[in-house]
Amino acid sequence: MKKAAFLLGILVLCAGMTFANGTKDAPAENKVLRLMTWSGYAPQELIDKFTAETGIKVEVTLSNNEEMISKLRATRGGGFDLVQPSQDRISSVVEQYGIYQPIDYSKVDEKQIDPSLLAAVKKNTLVKGKSYAVPHVYGTEGLVVNTAKAPGIKDFKDLLDPQYSGRVSYRLKRPTLIGMGFSKGYKPFDLYADPAKYQAFLDDMEKILIAAKPVVKTYWDNGDQLLQLIRSEEVWAASAWEQAGWKLHAENPNIDYIAPSSGALAWIDTFAIPAQSENVSGAYKWINFMLRPENAAFFTNRETYGTASKDAVKFLDPEIAANFTRGLPPAVLAKINWYPTVPVGLEEMEGKTLDKIKAAR
Amino acid sequence: MTTSKKKTIKWGFFIFFIPVFLWLSLLIILPQLELLRLSFMSTGKPGFTFKNYLAFFREPIYWLTFVRTAMYSILVTFIVMAIALPVSFYITKIARVKASGFLMVLLLVPFWVSELIRVYGWMILLRESGVINQVLVNLGLFKQPVEMLYNDATMIMGLVYTSMLFMVIPIIGVMESLDDSLIEAAYDLGAKKITIWRTIIIPYCMSGIISGAIIVFMLVLGSYLTPNLMGGKNSLWFTEQIYNQIIIYFNWNQGAAFGFLLLILSSLIIWVFLKISGQDLKKVIK
Repeated sequence: MKKAAFLLGILVLCAGMTFANGTKDAPAENKVLRLMTWSGYAPQELIDKFTAETGIKVEVTLSNNEEMISKLRATRGGGFDLVQPSQDRISSVVEQYGIYQPIDYSKVDEKQIDPSLLAAVKKNTLVKGKSYAVPHVYGTEGLVVNTAKAPGIKDFKDLLDPQYSGRVSYRLKRPTLIGMGFSKGYKPFDLYADPAKYQAFLDDMEKILIAAKPVVKTYWDNGDQLLQLIRSEEVWAASAWEQAGWKLHAENPNIDYIAPSSGALAWIDTFAIPAQSENVSGAYKWINFMLRPENAAFFTNRETYGTASKDAVKFLDPEIAANFTRGLPPAVLAKINWYPTVPVGLEEMEGKTLDKIKAAR
Repeated sequence: MTTSKKKTIKWGFFIFFIPVFLWLSLLIILPQLELLRLSFMSTGKPGFTFKNYLAFFREPIYWLTFVRTAMYSILVTFIVMAIALPVSFYITKIARVKASGFLMVLLLVPFWVSELIRVYGWMILLRESGVINQVLVNLGLFKQPVEMLYNDATMIMGLVYTSMLFMVIPIIGVMESLDDSLIEAAYDLGAKKITIWRTIIIPYCMSGIISGAIIVFMLVLGSYLTPNLMGGKNSLWFTEQIYNQIIIYFNWNQGAAFGFLLLILSSLIIWVFLKISGQDLKKVIK
């Protein structure tokens, strides 16, 4: 009897496997593109336009950097056809888990991409002679300040000032450690290569941030929470992205995005193709479609993120263009600290520091 | 004849047993085994290691977080118990039959809404520019709004609120079978209220209290949303450590080890709790 049950169990398993194999050998002309991306990166209007143009349907899953990696790691690079991680989170993930496949740049329309962003992304995602990403969107992390209430805040370290006790907020994430580091005179990115020095830097940041704990109202951890805190004037200054600042600026002219005097931190979100993507040709079609100037401008007008599409600027709305000239003029862009690739093991060290700060009384 | 009948019954059993078996083994036991394996591995290096488990005891930040989480969970369990006993006594013994059904519905209704929404509801009430502050300032009781969120007291209140029902229902189940005449007899013999509670009601309801306490304790220990959202900058819950290890720092090995430590330590706490209260797990489950 037991044997029969065992055999039956095996049979069921085998049936499951053949079925799974059957779905894998799907026809070459795939009609669905499974995209994992950030909220707002795939507007419905553009999806509809893309479907009308190519006949490919787009299924969007919203996510963030950490979840993207964790999900793809769990499926060994399957389940999605195209994802949009930040450029600094690709090469170490490729080395460790191999969840992405190299980009074939001959299939990408490079003429429509800003050459400096493309070069930066190619360099930062280089693993064994191959690059793994195409730039799509960039943005900066700086300060959002209510200048009527807190005119003195110019840099990340001003968020530690007891004068603004209970009126400031920041995230308890790695950008805060790095931004504070730059504003306290460290060069954190130069310390990446030397774990011992980086640990000393982290220990110093830990001391500084624990000492400043009474000053911070709370550590915000999602965008809506941040908007709510600043909009209600419960918080006067916070570390945040320029979009939050510009959104609030439209509601209350006293609030605006300020690039910190030690330089804003900037990220580039990219397109990367998972190792087991089932619709690679569709993925390239989507990449070229999204970087077409008029489509990229549609996205920037809607979400106010900067785009890697070179000529999108011609299609921007005047008030959106004004945000960029006010908040991110060339002088500010020149001082930006671009995130380099994160070495393996670094985030573990940072994690411990962040946990200690959060747990401290 | 009899043998063939026996066989058909057994086949029927297997047809129903196999989906359950596959469900349990493929979706629950196998992933757990994989996590157990991961918890004994190290990032990058092959081979078996206790490093992840030792890290818990070596780094004060980790075990202190666990101790803090466990202490607060025990505290919340006792507060819930103290509130749930009179509530269930009122529903089963004092309120009229019609009213008691209505009271049960009142208890259940908030649980039709997800935990996240309930916690956000509390945040709208308690925040500095929130409803309660505005009312108090308008009434002139406060000169300026006070921040009521992001401290331990608020967090405990939130946890008590979200886990109340899981204590009230098992206690009501037991208390309904308590014979009223026992209490009446005690009154006739001149017993005080405290004595009645101590010697009749609580001992009688003990199995309900214990099963409620186990559910509440495990729920609170494993909760993630409430401590994170209401506790704000000062609350590091142990579940958050696991989430951080796996999702933020990609250290699945450490996260898996923490997960198993949480399982082992919480089972240990419940075992000690059962020993102290002199209850038997089998009896409690009944």
